[in-house]
Amino acid sequence: MSTPPADRSFLRMALGHPAFVLGFLLSALFIALALVSFLWTPFDPTKMDIAGKLKGPSLEHWFGTDHFGRDMFSMIMVGARVSIAVAFVAVGIGMIVGVPLGLYAAARRGSLIDEIIMRGNDLVFAFPSLLLAIMITAVFGPGAVNAIIAIGIFNVPVFARLARGAALSLWTRDFVLAARVAGKSRARISAEHILPNIANLLIVQGTIQFSLAILAEAALAYVGLGAQPPLPSWGRMLADAQTLISLAPHMALFPGFAIIVTVLGLNLMGDGLRDLFDPKLRRGR
Amino acid sequence: MTAYLLRRLLSLSLSLVAASLVIFLVMEVVPGDPASFMMGLNADPQAVAALRSQLGLDEPLPLRYIGWVAGLLQGDFGISYTYRVPVSELIAERVVISLPLTLYALALSTLIAFPAGILAASRRNSAADLTVMGATQLGVAIPNFWFAMILVLIFAVNLRWFSAGGFPGWEAGFWPAIKALTLPAIALALPQASILARVMRSSLIDTLNEDFMRTARAKGLSRGQALWRHALRNALIPVLTIIGLQFSFLLAGGIIIENVFYLPGLGRLAFQAITQRDLIVVRSVVILLVFAVIVVTFLVDLAYAAADPRLRRRRS
Repeated sequence: MSTPPADRSFLRMALGHPAFVLGFLLSALFIALALVSFLWTPFDPTKMDIAGKLKGPSLEHWFGTDHFGRDMFSMIMVGARVSIAVAFVAVGIGMIVGVPLGLYAAARRGSLIDEIIMRGNDLVFAFPSLLLAIMITAVFGPGAVNAIIAIGIFNVPVFARLARGAALSLWTRDFVLAARVAGKSRARISAEHILPNIANLLIVQGTIQFSLAILAEAALAYVGLGAQPPLPSWGRMLADAQTLISLAPHMALFPGFAIIVTVLGLNLMGDGLRDLFDPKLRRGR
Repeated sequence: MTAYLLRRLLSLSLSLVAASLVIFLVMEVVPGDPASFMMGLNADPQAVAALRSQLGLDEPLPLRYIGWVAGLLQGDFGISYTYRVPVSELIAERVVISLPLTLYALALSTLIAFPAGILAASRRNSAADLTVMGATQLGVAIPNFWFAMILVLIFAVNLRWFSAGGFPGWEAGFWPAIKALTLPAIALALPQASILARVMRSSLIDTLNEDFMRTARAKGLSRGQALWRHALRNALIPVLTIIGLQFSFLLAGGIIIENVFYLPGLGRLAFQAITQRDLIVVRSVVILLVFAVIVVTFLVDLAYAAADPRLRRRRS
């Protein structure tokens, strides 16, 4: 198999970017843990063992056990699945709804629709994301699906603004003018010429939003508005740990580390991708 | 400036109306009848009917909205369904905790971020810069409620310097109250300080590359003098934007942190109201926080326009 030269040089650049490599490895680690959890976990993450509760880390239970004697490592593996799934779908919603809105607004710059879309964005931004999530879960009840909707809604204006801003500058470029002269519709130009040119930007932002969504999911789960028991989630593991923190600090430490490492990995990867996609933007990070 | 101010005021009022409409409608789409939702499954139909009329639910939707907004304008949020007291009283008791907490965290965030960002920018690529950048990368990845728990573990459980939670009330004196807010404020401030330090650094680096900085050096100022007299002021504009945005993050973040420290602020009120299905309280806390965010954004916009006349023209 031969790789096209452009790809190979991108790969070489990527491998020479230590922050990107580290970020990629950390994120991949947790995605792998989440995937493996479908097939195998060291213990059944819901199996209680009251006699073996609150045990510190050992060879048998790598991350110790919780107040019901459940294996913390297995719970973190399954929790990774929940966090990543919620964040992935939420960011996906944000992109799928936000990007077309932004592209449309840019294609019809200055029109009433543009104005409505942008003011709508401002309105959603006025709701702190967490508050929006709390309001939605207050009305529709707690659960993973409502957490996804809440985080997804907050992501819509992020992508709409980004897509509109980036698309606006492209609409003045010669190749877009040429496409217009050739008689292509605004929608086709947006899909065929604008979207491929802003894809890098969207991927970078998507990575950052992914990490923010993981933090938001953890916060919602922590206050009891995320995935419901018996499904383990990192945020709720921390909530359980809180009252036992002096007795069993490991219960708080490991889920916290899981969140930090995942978010750190995604952020490093996002920063790295930004540098790699646009070397001009390298600002000595 | 007057035309600009009027335009901004108009857009401010439109935002407030739109936000109140959204909150009103979201709370109205509660599956089924809000009154029976609030009373629970086994409620007595007569009690539900009484609550319906108490909430004014038998009136048409537009009338209810107008009535609600008219009440809001007079500071009347309605009567709490669980506490049986005016919601404005509940809010007044709790705002005196949530608002100082937010401001305290904002002050801490700025106090940490400014020196860190300035240090990193002025010694770019040095060990100090790398340390600051590494620390901020970690700072944005740490969930604030987890950091709060670790602070409790270290400073309350082990060192016993602070209490693990609760609030003595302002009547216990200024210092005991501030002490109770210190760990929560640190936990809230950490991620925001990290973001702010990064913005400060990159904004200052951009400014340091400007022509007027070269002129300042050429006329004989030292690096430090040029930085303090010329660069810093110019670098502050993007930093101010972020500080304005952070107010809303801190206000919302406070909702979670108050729960970690059992602080009886707006966040605790909102969560208790959610579990008790007291929608009037939920709605009131949400609209209060959203209005606060919109008004702060408006004030930040005005502050720039006052500081930088170019912005007034660019937006018109």
